[in-house]
Amino acid sequence: LGSRASLLRLYHRFRALDRNKKGYLSRVDLQQIGALAVNPLGERIIDSFFPDGNLRVDFPGFVRVLAHFRPVDDDDSGMRDPKQPEPLNSRMNKLRFVFQLYDLDRDGKISRHEMLQVLRLMVGVQVTEEQLESITDRTVQEADEDGDGAVSFLEFTKSLEKMDIEQKMSIRILK
Amino acid sequence: MGFPMLVPFSPWCWLLLLVVLKCSEASSDLNKSTNSTAQHEPNVRFAAASSEADEKISVFALDYDYVQIPYEVTLWILLASLAKIGFHLYHRLPGLMPESCLLIIVGALVGAIIFGTDHKSPPVMDSSIYFLYLLPPIVLEGGYFMPTRPFFENIGSILWWAGLGALINAFGIGLSLYLICQIKAFGLTDVNLLQNLLFGSLISAVDPVAVLAVFEEARVNEPLYMMIFGEALLNDGISVVLYNILIAFTKMHKFEDIEPVDILAGCARFIIVGVGGVFFGIIFGFISAFITRFTQNISAIEPLIVFMFSYLSYLAAETLYLSGILAITACAVTMKKYVEENVSQTSYTTIKYFMKMLSSVSETLIFIFMGVSTIGKNHEWNWAFICFTLVFCQIWRAISVFALFYVSNQFRTFPFSIKDQCIIFYSGVRGAGSFSLAFLLPLSLFPRKKMFVTATLVVIYFTVFIQGITIGPLVRYLDVRKTNKKESINEELHIRLMDHLKAGIEDVCGQWSHYQVRDKFKKFDHRYLRKILTRKNQPKSSIVSLYKKLEMKQAIEMVETGILSSTAFSVPHQAQRIHGTKRLSPEDVESMRDILTHNMYQVRQRTLSYNKYNLKPQTSEKQAKEILIRRQNTLRESMRKGHSLPWGKPAGTKNIRYLSFPYGHPQPIRRDPKVADFTGDDSSDSELPSIMFKPYPRTGTLKKETQEIIPMKSFPRGGKPCHFGYPRNTSQEEHVGAGRREALRPKPLFHAVDEEFESGEESEEEASAGGSRWSAEHRPSKQYHRSHSPLLQRK
Repeated sequence: LGSRASLLRLYHRFRALDRNKKGYLSRVDLQQIGALAVNPLGERIIDSFFPDGNLRVDFPGFVRVLAHFRPVDDDDSGMRDPKQPEPLNSRMNKLRFVFQLYDLDRDGKISRHEMLQVLRLMVGVQVTEEQLESITDRTVQEADEDGDGAVSFLEFTKSLEKMDIEQKMSIRILK
Repeated sequence: MGFPMLVPFSPWCWLLLLVVLKCSEASSDLNKSTNSTAQHEPNVRFAAASSEADEKISVFALDYDYVQIPYEVTLWILLASLAKIGFHLYHRLPGLMPESCLLIIVGALVGAIIFGTDHKSPPVMDSSIYFLYLLPPIVLEGGYFMPTRPFFENIGSILWWAGLGALINAFGIGLSLYLICQIKAFGLTDVNLLQNLLFGSLISAVDPVAVLAVFEEARVNEPLYMMIFGEALLNDGISVVLYNILIAFTKMHKFEDIEPVDILAGCARFIIVGVGGVFFGIIFGFISAFITRFTQNISAIEPLIVFMFSYLSYLAAETLYLSGILAITACAVTMKKYVEENVSQTSYTTIKYFMKMLSSVSETLIFIFMGVSTIGKNHEWNWAFICFTLVFCQIWRAISVFALFYVSNQFRTFPFSIKDQCIIFYSGVRGAGSFSLAFLLPLSLFPRKKMFVTATLVVIYFTVFIQGITIGPLVRYLDVRKTNKKESINEELHIRLMDHLKAGIEDVCGQWSHYQVRDKFKKFDHRYLRKILTRKNQPKSSIVSLYKKLEMKQAIEMVETGILSSTAFSVPHQAQRIHGTKRLSPEDVESMRDILTHNMYQVRQRTLSYNKYNLKPQTSEKQAKEILIRRQNTLRESMRKGHSLPWGKPAGTKNIRYLSFPYGHPQPIRRDPKVADFTGDDSSDSELPSIMFKPYPRTGTLKKETQEIIPMKSFPRGGKPCHFGYPRNTSQEEHVGAGRREALRPKPLFHAVDEEFESGEESEEEASAGGSRWSAEHRPSKQYHRSHSPLLQRK
């Protein structure tokens, strides 16, 4: 889950965010990171730290989420023991993390409505509703292969297969 | 002349240029006539005037001599400003070439006009004007806008690179040129070692910040950015120090013999000058921060204090022959943190803008002088010297970059890649600094001064134009982005989402550094320095009024731009229309892509974007406001409907969260220093929430929530203990509390929501037309005012 130095730094960060020294972080703690408030996806990012409706996250949970963003080491990718669970920063798991940002109701698919909501979050106010809807339609249509009007995880991965996910979703200080 | 290059300028700019041309021609004509008939002319005029005065008073007269100097200087500055406007109107230009290019062109143009009209250019730059008036604003601006945290994180590498790099470059270039001069064939044997070394020192003064704007879009990582910035900052100081020491040497030793003692003395002097300057700067910085603590009633003089103290530090250091540049830099860096907290918002803005203005005026003037001396008769062209200068500049910069970074990479946690080093090498663009130093060489000691000036000019022109224009494509090429193929809309959306996600997670991780030293400094700072240097009892009412003002303004804006129409946040379509295969034409796809590119929110710039020539906070501010307002609205909408909140949070947290926004909200630019303070602050103000805190009747919740709007700075601590008043030990109780809140929700939340948007609410309420709400609203507003005053009295 990361080198010792970066774990130590994460721990210090955890302690710094945990203002009342409760030993865990709640939503309010994360909401007080000013920069997240102006991130269009701020809410969803915070939610991803609280899976399954928990209201608090302890340090292992904190690290578990951040571990998704560790840069992928090229050297150990070939020699992994197939029986062990995939490391959290593998491409699949990174994609799964992104998928869950879209898929709020956790039904394993990104419906058109969910896609529209995400698009709305990310776009300025000058775009009209019809434009948003047509862009959403196009997005879903491009990825959707079995024609059910929603994007499943496999379809999602396939549509992004050309992208360098490992590089995009890696934060180098987490090495 | 330079006219073909002016093509991108808009036509009205042309017109104004022509007008200016006419003006200066007219003035030069006037001057010619006055100059040619030199002495007796004024007498004749006076005689004429007096003789006329005998008859009648002249109704209309022209006196150009009186205003000549300020008039022409103003015209030049205005011309440069118009050129800048034209430059930015054609929006692709700033990405193509650095703004120094533009300034040089304008300077050359003015020089050509002056030369063409045979005008005697009045203000000639001499040593005192440059060092006393033109240089300090430029250095001050660089020091003030320097981001302190990354600077200190990388300070080892920066000092190593800037200091040693400047020395290596100076001596390397000087020595190699000296060797070249020894070759008899080039006719340069009369240039001795000292002169070559001096030339080397002045030619190695780089100004890489000028090119930063060019590759801003390419994601330059923070340490690289800091390297370039730090180098620009320290480089000027070091080269001026070196220059002065070598000039002193040249004066001392008219002959060629330099004793080792003198060299040692020179080195010791170098160190003392540098360190002493920094020391002076820090002292003056603290003094000015201390004084701004008391200026709350006369905030109009706050910018004055800031500028005067910085300038004073420069002058005081110069009196003692210490490095004024380093002094003013250190003063700006020290002063900035405390002054920003003490000073009112308007003074803060004034300081920033005025600093930019002063520095850009200075630089414009220097470039105009440069243009004037380019187009003139004072050149001496020596092929060998000039070509070898160019070659050696590049070679020695490459050597110093790669050698020094190789060494410093061993000690860094995040070493610089070869790509980064190439960027640093290629950004070695010379600027106004080297020209000024060359121009100010004393002719008595440097018989071949003209050659030096010519060589400097050639190097500057070459680096600014050729390197400046090609560095953009080079960086984009090195950035290795797969932008050659068009991405599908799907991919674009997901890429942007991932960028936002990454930025968000980076924010969660926070800034990392050698936290021990930083923590120690923060503790020291908090315990002692802050108490002395910052104001007690930051007036909260100004923050409240600012917030209210902004909320209202935004609410008005939002209604006008149609955000608040309820259809914007419509309930999910009950029946999802399955669109099936609707064939979209390529133009539709293109237009969609267009919409996306223009309207998707930018990812928050983690890498600080510094533009030397203007301040551009606008787009990110607007974007931040939109996001925040939208979020407030979504949450309010969902709460109003009473169904489960989209992400299942307890409702109360949302209320508090609104309040956390405005903190970041009114001052997005100033947010960063304050966010840093957040993590370090102890809860010194926690008395406030405990006073407000009342467990729970409904009205109790109301009061709590209203009062929490006000103390924004202490808000985060307020948020914690007031986390709705139930013990947080077990999650079960939290759920119970949430349940209780759910029960309470329909009514108090109305009030809660209304209160928070009390000011902006008036316009918003009309939009959503809640008739029944009015009565509910008026009650809480009374309570709001009631709770408002006790807090104000507390002050």
